[in-house]
Amino acid sequence: MNNVMDVINAERIEDVQAAMQEPGDARLRIRGGGSKTALSTPRAGERILDLSRLSAILEYEPGEYTFTALAGTPIRKVEAALAEHGQYLPFDPPLAGAGATLGGTVATGLSGSGRQRYGGVRDFLIGARFVDGQGRLVRGGGKVVKNAAGFDLPKLMVGSLGRLGALVELSFKVFPKPAAYATVETRFVSLDQAVDAMVSLSAAPLDVEALDLTPDAEGFVIWARLGGVADVLDERAERLRAFLDGGHILTGEEERAHWRTAGDFAWLPADASLIKVALTPAQVAALEKRLPGPGDSPRRYSVGGALAWLAWQASISDLDAILTDLNLPGLLILGDGQPALIGRRPDPVYLDRIKRTLDPAGRLLKF
Amino acid sequence: MAADALMSDLERLYPPKRLLRAPVQLAPYESDALTAFRTRPLAVVLSETQDEVIETVRLCHKHAVPFVARGSGTSLSGGSLPLAEGIVIALNRLNHILTLDPQTRTALVEPGVANLAVSQAAAPHGLYYAPDPSSQPICTIGGNVAFNSGGAHCLKYGMTANHVLGIKAVLPDGEVVEMGGDSLEGVGPDLAGFFVGSEGLFGIALEITLRLLPVPEMYRTVLASYSSLGAAGDAVTNVVASGLLPGALEIMDRLAIQAAEASVDAGYPKGAAAVLIVELEGERIQVEAEFARLLTVIESTGADEVRVAQDAAERARIWKGRKGAFSAVGRLSPDYIVQDGVVPRSHLGEALARIEELSAEYDLRVANVFHAGDGNLHPLILYNGREPGALERAEELAGDILRLCIQLGGSITGEHGVGVEKLAYMPEMFNETDLAVMGELRAAIDPLGLANRGKMLPAGDAPALHAHGPHPLEKAGIISRE
Ligand SMILES: Cc1cc2nc3c(=O)[nH]c(=O)nc-3n(C[C@H](O)[C@H](O)[C@H](O)COP(=O)(O)OP(=O)(O)OC[C@H]3O[C@@H](n4cnc5c(N)ncnc54)[C@H](O)[C@@H]3O)c2cc1C
Repeated sequence: MNNVMDVINAERIEDVQAAMQEPGDARLRIRGGGSKTALSTPRAGERILDLSRLSAILEYEPGEYTFTALAGTPIRKVEAALAEHGQYLPFDPPLAGAGATLGGTVATGLSGSGRQRYGGVRDFLIGARFVDGQGRLVRGGGKVVKNAAGFDLPKLMVGSLGRLGALVELSFKVFPKPAAYATVETRFVSLDQAVDAMVSLSAAPLDVEALDLTPDAEGFVIWARLGGVADVLDERAERLRAFLDGGHILTGEEERAHWRTAGDFAWLPADASLIKVALTPAQVAALEKRLPGPGDSPRRYSVGGALAWLAWQASISDLDAILTDLNLPGLLILGDGQPALIGRRPDPVYLDRIKRTLDPAGRLLKF
Repeated sequence: MAADALMSDLERLYPPKRLLRAPVQLAPYESDALTAFRTRPLAVVLSETQDEVIETVRLCHKHAVPFVARGSGTSLSGGSLPLAEGIVIALNRLNHILTLDPQTRTALVEPGVANLAVSQAAAPHGLYYAPDPSSQPICTIGGNVAFNSGGAHCLKYGMTANHVLGIKAVLPDGEVVEMGGDSLEGVGPDLAGFFVGSEGLFGIALEITLRLLPVPEMYRTVLASYSSLGAAGDAVTNVVASGLLPGALEIMDRLAIQAAEASVDAGYPKGAAAVLIVELEGERIQVEAEFARLLTVIESTGADEVRVAQDAAERARIWKGRKGAFSAVGRLSPDYIVQDGVVPRSHLGEALARIEELSAEYDLRVANVFHAGDGNLHPLILYNGREPGALERAEELAGDILRLCIQLGGSITGEHGVGVEKLAYMPEMFNETDLAVMGELRAAIDPLGLANRGKMLPAGDAPALHAHGPHPLEKAGIISRE
């Protein structure tokens, strides 16, 4: 299936343009690091356009809080370069350990637990260059942190799943990284209590960096992360623990490992699919009611209940039905099921007009 | 013809007092806050419901008559400037906050709700709406959405787009669509995000879901004065390099300080060449710790005087001077242009020095007020409109400043939008392909080109890159100045 003939390895932006303009019926499936298997594994009749060689940090000026890199640049490489100057991408791009790239992160629209504090990938992307389905190299946004000129094409590319164009160069805003972290882990017996705690913590001025909830056999655990000045972190963590009526404080390597494991989905059973669901804290209970026990189907609610990561072992159409019932949108990230978009779909009226403009000949995948 | 047919349809939809046609009724709608440009529209409708707006758009589409949505008309780039052959749809009366949910921390609002009204409604829940344009008591959320408006706190919390989760809009052909939702997260292309900043070209936002944030537990605001603008700029570099992330980092120069002092008595140090305002906000324990660091950094920057706001009243006074700066400058000069451009922060010093030179070259005073943290300059160019040629000179100077921003790798607008004012600079910021694609997207969403026609995207006969003097639309006789 994945034989060499079906893969175009782009070495330069011109190669991406040429691939779009090549005659042929095969739709192009764009692949960055291949870390999101459900989205980057080719199906019959498709060709892979691989962008992993478009990898380089082009500009990084720490004093500007911005950098520009080719889209195939691995997140890990970017994180290492930023860390040398005490900076980071605050939204914790997921699957970094599995080789996720900047482009794949934007195209999939994925943000991790750190989204809680300052926003997600949509909020940190400031500029993009992409090749549309006609092979045109298009730029939107800019390289400065604030810019309101022209349509916000970078936002359009967030979550576009390689169906509107191939991202080739991206500019991001970055922030100074907190000097130290601490996490409070608090167990709850009932879901209602746990969700209430999460909601009041999100509305409290305690500035948590991340706020996740995991169901397990004995109940529910909230993970609330603080970051900041090292000297006062203990005091803040105590205050947070009191706010949650108790809990255990994690620090140091144990703390870091917890969030790394979460972001790389190390908790996912080997044969399970991974699905992202967008929701609100008020919808968590309704979704929980419809899901099998957490032993069979582990999951993690993130960003104070605005995001759910579900491990799923049954058929995708079952989950599609549940999400459709609940009017929640879902996206397959890992696994070999399809379709990629399940549950509530994006409004086709608007999207079709955009798709027809950027990809009139259908060189890229359909939504 | 088309216009007459539209008018008789509108007469069925609106009572006479909400369908304005007499010149005296239309006068207040002839321009926005860029008052140099005026156009009298065919009519203004004062819509009171979403259905009226939808129906009005459908009628405009049926008769192929262009329309301009209008919030409070505070646009500084001519964004809500009417078209002589079109109508204005005034949205001020759609000013209901439909729901405010403290659980999800969202507010669902109509487009005519004033920016500040959202924070006021959220306050009892300990929440607020973060984007804070200086015009916030009057400008509307609809206008903010159209322009992706900013404010003084963008470095840390972003602009309007970062706080809009969902939009229900009527497209220019009357189709109603919903984009995004009430979750912070989304699946599929970020269509709501793409709508924000589209300057009214994608249709009219009818309902907007806004994200609310917890009111910070503590603010620490410090005002430092410097004997040169360069020293204040260097201080910004030092603050940023220290790893602190202030909520706001603002600079005002001598002229702006004088203006603010004359009008609001903000108590800024007399005779200072520049003041820097730095504000930290967040959890108390953390802010106290960071503030100690901030003061050490500021002490090392050679400030002449450092004042720390001791309470909420003192903080408010510092901000009053800053937020009132634009209107205050009105006291120094009969006329002025507010410019809006962005440079990479590390080029701020260079940009300011160049602006000073340009000011001397053109013999026009320029007051500088800016969001230093994100490199967003707001030069206020003072001129006397009665002096022949003064406006043209002021516009040329403004154009040189915008080109400077582009040269330094920045942008022609950080928050005021392109509107009609900056049309000529779009081709310097974006290449032909970029503009062609934007044009095609616009055409796909608005095939007849009815919604805010003539704004943001240079037309096929794009104004020359070096357009000076009269505005291209002015030459074409479409708009005129007073
Ligand atoms: C004194 C002063 C200070 C200012 N300070 C700032 C500042 O700090 N930061 C900043 O960013 N801006 C600032 N502005 C500019 C201005 O206030 C903003 O651009 C504001 O968002 C405009 O809102 P409005 O309701 O007045 O919109 P209008 O001027 O009425 O309209 C602006 C644009 O939005 C479109 N529009 C209006 N409603 C809708 C809708 N519902 N759907 C689609 N399109 C719509 C209009 O067609 C027009 O193109 C300032 C202006 C003044 C006069």
